[in-house]
Amino acid sequence: MARVHPVLGAFAVLVFALLLAPLVIIIGASVSDTTFLTFPPQGLTLHWFERLFEIAAFRRTMITSFLLAVGGTGLSLLIGIPAAYALARWRGGLPAFLPNVFVLPVLIPEIVLGFSLMKSVATGLGLPIIAALLVGHAVLVLPYCVRVVGASLNQFDFSIEEAAVSLGCPRWRAFFSVVLPNVRAGVIAAFILAFITSINDVSVSIFLTGPGVSTLPIQILAHMEQFFDPVIASVSVLLMLVTVGVMAIVEFTLGLTFLTK
Amino acid sequence: MSVSLTLAGVSAHYGSTLVLENLDLHVAEGELVALLGASGCGKTTTLRLVAGFLQPSAGTIRLGERDLTRLPAHSRNIGLVFQTYALFPHLTVRDNVAFGLKQRGVAAAERARRAEAMIATVGLEGLADRHPANLSGGQRQRVALARALVIDPPLLMFDEPLSNLDAKLRIDMRVEIRRAQRDRGTTALYVTHDQEEAFSISDRVAIMSRGRIEQLGPPEELYSRPANAFVANFVGFSNLVPMRAVTEAGDAVRLEMQGGATLDLPRARFAVPAREVIFAARAEGLTVAREGRGIPATLGLRTYLGRAYQYRCTTAAGEIVANGPLSEPLEPGTRAVLVPEPDHCAILRAE
Repeated sequence: MARVHPVLGAFAVLVFALLLAPLVIIIGASVSDTTFLTFPPQGLTLHWFERLFEIAAFRRTMITSFLLAVGGTGLSLLIGIPAAYALARWRGGLPAFLPNVFVLPVLIPEIVLGFSLMKSVATGLGLPIIAALLVGHAVLVLPYCVRVVGASLNQFDFSIEEAAVSLGCPRWRAFFSVVLPNVRAGVIAAFILAFITSINDVSVSIFLTGPGVSTLPIQILAHMEQFFDPVIASVSVLLMLVTVGVMAIVEFTLGLTFLTK
Repeated sequence: MSVSLTLAGVSAHYGSTLVLENLDLHVAEGELVALLGASGCGKTTTLRLVAGFLQPSAGTIRLGERDLTRLPAHSRNIGLVFQTYALFPHLTVRDNVAFGLKQRGVAAAERARRAEAMIATVGLEGLADRHPANLSGGQRQRVALARALVIDPPLLMFDEPLSNLDAKLRIDMRVEIRRAQRDRGTTALYVTHDQEEAFSISDRVAIMSRGRIEQLGPPEELYSRPANAFVANFVGFSNLVPMRAVTEAGDAVRLEMQGGATLDLPRARFAVPAREVIFAARAEGLTVAREGRGIPATLGLRTYLGRAYQYRCTTAAGEIVANGPLSEPLEPGTRAVLVPEPDHCAILRAE
């Protein structure tokens, strides 16, 4: 192993400490046997996790957030996969700016995206809150779907599709029986990235939630304004665990390098 | 089952660019015709038009009695072998080969049996359960061939099938492809940029450039009697010298080149197509000699080819490449004459 310069090593430790310390603090605070957020924890209890599930608003928003993440990501894949396919298949013939159009939602500050979605989808089209949230989240995660599925499709040799067609397989069927199975890993990766993005989103949701319908991160903010108790920490830990869990599944099935590729 | 392929007046465009111009091509029953040319000459476009991946802007494509022109690609029943093999990565060798049968509604058991038989035919026994990723390049190309053959198509098409293989394997595979095509008597269209490959595998070769067929004929004819300067240059007539046919005296054709030197060629072997002609000669078609009747030249750079020396020579008509005997290496600067060897010369109409 190459020797690491001590200053560089110290710097690396510092960076990791800065990245991980807040998480350690939150985990500590979530098990503190106090009625207020504190670190280091005083006492040890899982009471706040229990309390979390006793609050109806948390239970409700967890379900909303989960369904929203599944639905929004699903909707986005429904648009994103055909878009990525078209961009990869007719790469040469399409205007060069077109792929960038699908990345725009990432480039626009999320808060602006949220506001404009509120103006256009919620008040403009007058969609019900849940529908507006669904559309908003689909737009929010669309760039991930197009990019990640697109990365897979760019590796795909389209003469494979032509081979299927030449053997008597109609184009639409060739897409499902030959193209899709070979970019499956990309679709799964896109789903996971999009799912995590959606479930953790605040900026877009805050503009689109309304009376009776909220998402978990928005509920966390609302709760914190009223009660500064360790429930906030425990729900944060829970969100973190979900993310880590999903990442672990990715690591074991596809390898994490898949997402950074 | 053997049918002929006929392209009549076929044109194709990419956007506003004309890539194929009014192409006529007839491939007879059981015949293998190679389309030969540099990239961008229209050979692959022709194949893709026949396959149905492109639509012609004019003309008709017929396979036997069937008009393919407006038929969707998946209904054309053509066996296609691709340069990149284009095997289905997620399927085993068996399922790759059986894919076309599955599309035709052949029952699973029958499908497996015919796939296995075809896998054996191409010499891949025991590999049926492998995935393409675990095969060598040569094995992959055999799977691709088996996959195209198993549907028993009336037409086989090959799109540079050997370009990704190493030299030795390329020669073996080319023999196998030819044998498979011959044994079945299947009509075939074969696209390549490799002249040796085209000449060795085909009944006839079409040399293409700029979206047109420059010459179509048996390899021997293209090799010895090129129709024009492009084909001549393509098949290795590296010297193309403009000349004027002056007289046809006795049994000789007399050509006069710039600077007044003349060449006499046997009239029995050469027709004179026009007054202004191009004298075409391979390097071995001009022998460097100290004296004799031929093109006066000053010898330049000499290279050793094993069977002869080759010289870059300066003549009144520019640089000419000619071979000289191993028995007598000549130094640069030597005054010599280049004596024509009729077997490796041609007289073409000037364009």
